[in-house]
Amino acid sequence: MTSETKTGPRNWLRERSELGICALLVVLGVLVLTDALRIPTDFAQRGPVGPKAVPILVGSLLLLVAALLARDVLRGGRGEAEGGEDVDLSAPADWRTVLLLCGAFLANAVLIGVVGFPISGAILFWGAAYALGSRNLVRDPLIAAGLSILTFLVFNNLLGVPLPGGPLMEVF
Amino acid sequence: MEQLLNGFATALTPTHLLLAAVGVLLGTAIGVLPGIGPAMAVALLLPVTYGMEPTGAFIMFAGIYYGGMFGGSTTSILLNTPGESAAVVAAFEGNPMARKGRGAQALAAAAIGHFTGGIIGTILIVLLAPFVAKHAVDIGAPDLFAVMVLAFIAVTSVLGASRIRGFASLLIGLTLGLVGLDEMTGQQRLTFGSLHLADGIDIIVVAVALFAVGEALWVAAHLRRKPFEPIPVGRPWLSRADLKRTWKPWLRGPVIGFPFGAIPAGGAEIPTFLSYVTEKRLSKHKDEFGKGAIEGVAGPESTASASAAGTLVTMLTLGLPTTAVAAVMLAAFQQYGIQPGPLLFQREANLVWALIASLFIGLTLLLVLNLPLAPLWAKLLRIPRPYLYAGILFFASVGAYAVNADIFDLLLMFVIGLLGFAMRRYGLPVLPAIIGVILGPAAEQQMRRALQLSDGSLTGLVNTPMSIIVYVVVLVILFFPLIKKFLPKPTPPAAPAPEREKVDA
Repeated sequence: MTSETKTGPRNWLRERSELGICALLVVLGVLVLTDALRIPTDFAQRGPVGPKAVPILVGSLLLLVAALLARDVLRGGRGEAEGGEDVDLSAPADWRTVLLLCGAFLANAVLIGVVGFPISGAILFWGAAYALGSRNLVRDPLIAAGLSILTFLVFNNLLGVPLPGGPLMEVF
Repeated sequence: MEQLLNGFATALTPTHLLLAAVGVLLGTAIGVLPGIGPAMAVALLLPVTYGMEPTGAFIMFAGIYYGGMFGGSTTSILLNTPGESAAVVAAFEGNPMARKGRGAQALAAAAIGHFTGGIIGTILIVLLAPFVAKHAVDIGAPDLFAVMVLAFIAVTSVLGASRIRGFASLLIGLTLGLVGLDEMTGQQRLTFGSLHLADGIDIIVVAVALFAVGEALWVAAHLRRKPFEPIPVGRPWLSRADLKRTWKPWLRGPVIGFPFGAIPAGGAEIPTFLSYVTEKRLSKHKDEFGKGAIEGVAGPESTASASAAGTLVTMLTLGLPTTAVAAVMLAAFQQYGIQPGPLLFQREANLVWALIASLFIGLTLLLVLNLPLAPLWAKLLRIPRPYLYAGILFFASVGAYAVNADIFDLLLMFVIGLLGFAMRRYGLPVLPAIIGVILGPAAEQQMRRALQLSDGSLTGLVNTPMSIIVYVVVLVILFFPLIKKFLPKPTPPAAPAPEREKVDA
């Protein structure tokens, strides 16, 4: 009982973490409003309604919805987390997996211009599969490399959608 | 009619036929994969068509669309965990059937249901779309704006458990849609001086980020360590007794599905459920419902396909997407610089009729290919989950990068993907955000055009009979919770009978 009162405020926030969405909506709203107010309207305006009107409307509505959502959360309303075929909501969120996955994704974004898609794509696939718990040290990289090179060839050479080949493809 | 025959002539060339077949196969394969619904399937497969000419690309899309829907119901029947709303009802009866060893019959009822519903729905497109398009040409800016407002309100209010969260999602979408140059004056909005943002945020990037990246991250956080075991299945077939029980539900499906698909009420979710309730009421085997009644698979599946066809009428003639798939398809049209709407049937007659013809061809291929291939599709359900979600991220990256060959798009997709993760965590539906991004800029154009005509007077938005009627509908939807309080409450849960009358009318 005592430990519960100790972590009281933190617990209170944790249960109402959806207030973070309200904060996000407020930030977006303020951003949209301040951006709209700096648009000069004295020139080039065609018609009675300029480029400001809709952003001001959207920004104000963002603030309004943020307030209404906050009221809903404080009154005990909770957004329902989305279920799915592979989603097990009874387990707590596994942040390590999510962070590793983000890492794999960003690695591809950073590397694609440097080493080309066949390599960065393989790193993305292998990294993501590893993050999600696949630990087969032979099959995983082989599938990653095969998929990446095949995708590159199909898109770049067959479908006419250019992808950066990088040094690996210059060898051929 | 002549135009339709021309369409068939275009669609039946070997290349286009091949594209349709590849589309059907790819669509089914991706749709069968657990966790991937038709909208994500279409979004992920979009980059495949970047290098093609529009006609070929849309013929392939038609195949992907129907293939994806059929694939989704296969997952429902064999896994009992529908990831996609239109296939929820298929699991009610389909999964008990599969568990009783009648999976083959359930798949056959679903496949033929999709075929029947799709063919009837497509015939209705042929009959209705040119008519709607002809009259829609006269629709003015105030009317179009009103209809778009209706789409916004309907998509946030009709679906989902919480309206306020729906609106939050819609506003996030509208905000993303604001980024870029104002189309009328060329002034920068929300670009923060970035050249990358001046062109606006590509809809494909938003769609793939919200559907695919958000989903992959969300699943990663809660990955079920032991995935459900799919039920093995043989080659689908139906006995004479099954056929006797299914042909009427197949034919009834489109009556419910098509009109619901055409109006902005969230696509197949509501009509498939209505179809299920109707079939249950009309069935002679009421006791079997819940334990594997074949009518409960046949009706809703036919409804789902017909509603997909109804969606296409609204999308092609008014440029108004009513489902996530239609929204992604609209984005694909825009990618080619083609604007769906009343003028599409005049300007791009060849493309539209080839697309419609390829719907017929795609559906036929779907039936011919998928019945024998069903056992193979069922094997796809066993794919190891790490590979599945790694693959989703992989192809999402290919798609986002291929749009502009710009790393910035990958980073943007990551940020919006995180947003998609948060939205899933807190129950914000994704569809309103997508509709907001796609329709937001168009709605702003129409509103400003209408106000230009009226010299800034707000009456310019309500000076036509059609716009007034649409706004009345909007108000009714908005204040429905209030209205409900004043209505007498004796009738328990919405009876399907009056709904059907409304549909028939």
